[in-house]
Amino acid sequence: MIEVDNVWKEYGDQIVLERVSLTIADRAFVALVGPSGCGKTTFLKLLLGDERPSQGTIRLDGKLLAPEPGPDRGVVFQRYSVFPHLTVLGNVLLGKEFSASRIAARLGGATRRAAIEEARALIAEVGLTGSEEKYPAQLSGGMQQRLALAQALIMKPRVLLLDEPFGALDPGIRADIHVLMKRLWNETNLTVVMVTHDMREAFTLATRVVAFERPRNAPAERDRYGASLSQDISVWPPRVAGGGDPDTLTLSPDRDDPIHPTGPSRDDPAHPA
Amino acid sequence: MRLINIKPSRMTQLLLALLPFVLLVVAYGIGSAARLAANPSDKLLPALGAITDAVNRLAFLPDPRTGEYTLWSDTLASLGRLFAALGISTAIALVVGMLVGMIPYLRALLAPFLAAISMVPPLALLPILFIALGLGETSKITLIVIGVAPIMIRDLVLRVLELPREMIVKAETLGGTSWQIGLRVVLPQILPRLITSLRLQLGPAWLFLIAAEAISADSGLGYRIFLVRRYLSMDVIFPYVIWITLLAVLTNLLLDWLRIRIFPWSELGKGT
Repeated sequence: MIEVDNVWKEYGDQIVLERVSLTIADRAFVALVGPSGCGKTTFLKLLLGDERPSQGTIRLDGKLLAPEPGPDRGVVFQRYSVFPHLTVLGNVLLGKEFSASRIAARLGGATRRAAIEEARALIAEVGLTGSEEKYPAQLSGGMQQRLALAQALIMKPRVLLLDEPFGALDPGIRADIHVLMKRLWNETNLTVVMVTHDMREAFTLATRVVAFERPRNAPAERDRYGASLSQDISVWPPRVAGGGDPDTLTLSPDRDDPIHPTGPSRDDPAHPA
Repeated sequence: MRLINIKPSRMTQLLLALLPFVLLVVAYGIGSAARLAANPSDKLLPALGAITDAVNRLAFLPDPRTGEYTLWSDTLASLGRLFAALGISTAIALVVGMLVGMIPYLRALLAPFLAAISMVPPLALLPILFIALGLGETSKITLIVIGVAPIMIRDLVLRVLELPREMIVKAETLGGTSWQIGLRVVLPQILPRLITSLRLQLGPAWLFLIAAEAISADSGLGYRIFLVRRYLSMDVIFPYVIWITLLAVLTNLLLDWLRIRIFPWSELGKGT
């Protein structure tokens, strides 16, 4: 559980966030939305530990958040999430190598084979089988984001933070990766917090959509009043990780997808099945 | 068709690349012939034949006094100094550049100092070096290191700082310590740049080498050029200059080839 208690973030004189309080349940999928410059990425950086709140506290499972990023919180950014000098397999292995070998940060022998086994399974999970020896520059944008997901998931983080991870992808690719994202969230023990500017993406994926907004946005007031939470919407019908109707969960049609002819996914009960 | 859209074929490209070299040789030949026609004992622009003779004498016949093949012993002496100095500079640049680039406290301590140090004109320090370190190899190698290392360090620091913040944060979320991130994320990504930085410093390194050799040495390519200058031996100076250029060009190509061989990924990201 993530508890955010009355957090403020200021840069010098400028107040970016004010009075942000939020409790995120385990295995929730929270989408943070809002206009640009409203501090949603700043908020994600606070959760990540890359920035520290000016006031207020953030707790993860009751403990205060460490003041720097750590392996309990995985992250996928829109860009630069993967290492260009490592192959797909090397990128996924890196987390394992960090935790198993303090000095050399490399594995050998049986531990390496076991780690490769695990990495390959994860690479298959995100649909990159066959590309293990390629470098990120040889992958498409969608494949790079799949790789970034696999790389983050090998650490089995408690929380996965996504900073507009699919914003730069083509719509078709994005729909595919949405299906993958839903499946990963459903199958692994993950709480996901995703920043997005795409409302449809927010409502397609999340269990809960939280909006940030600046209540006072006149030019003279911009610096002295930060953004805070303006909406907190639970998505209907409720999605539950690891439960519920898998059909509803992973296959509910996106706006561009063919619509289900019948069944619980229809939200217009006037049409009888 | 617009000029900016007309592209040469591969063959034309090759011919065009050769053209300036050929023109230079032809222009020299004409100039040399004209001067020699006016004064057969002219030494300023010796005939191509005289140059070939000199090369033959220096490279393939042992010196009657020392028994050494002058060109090769000069080359060996110069390259020894140059590569020793470049090796030391590269090692210093790698260690200092990475530490200053990665650790904010060290950056606060050293970045302004390095910025000032790299502005000291190295040749102005040459007398100090000769007085403090003697006239031997140490002072020459030190001069090149002083001339080359600060710029390489600053270049590497910039490169480390250019690494996207996201990438470092990502490595932290994978559980990497400062040391591990340095070893597995930062180091491999700046090594290609280190090689490129080294290539760009080849020119200055040669400059400092020849300056040091001109003033105090008993062998080396720069020493020879400044020795035979007294006799106006252009037939020796021209081939030496060409030889030095050739060595620098070959080192440059070799380093770039090495970079692509060792770090194939560093060539992939280009143009995207």
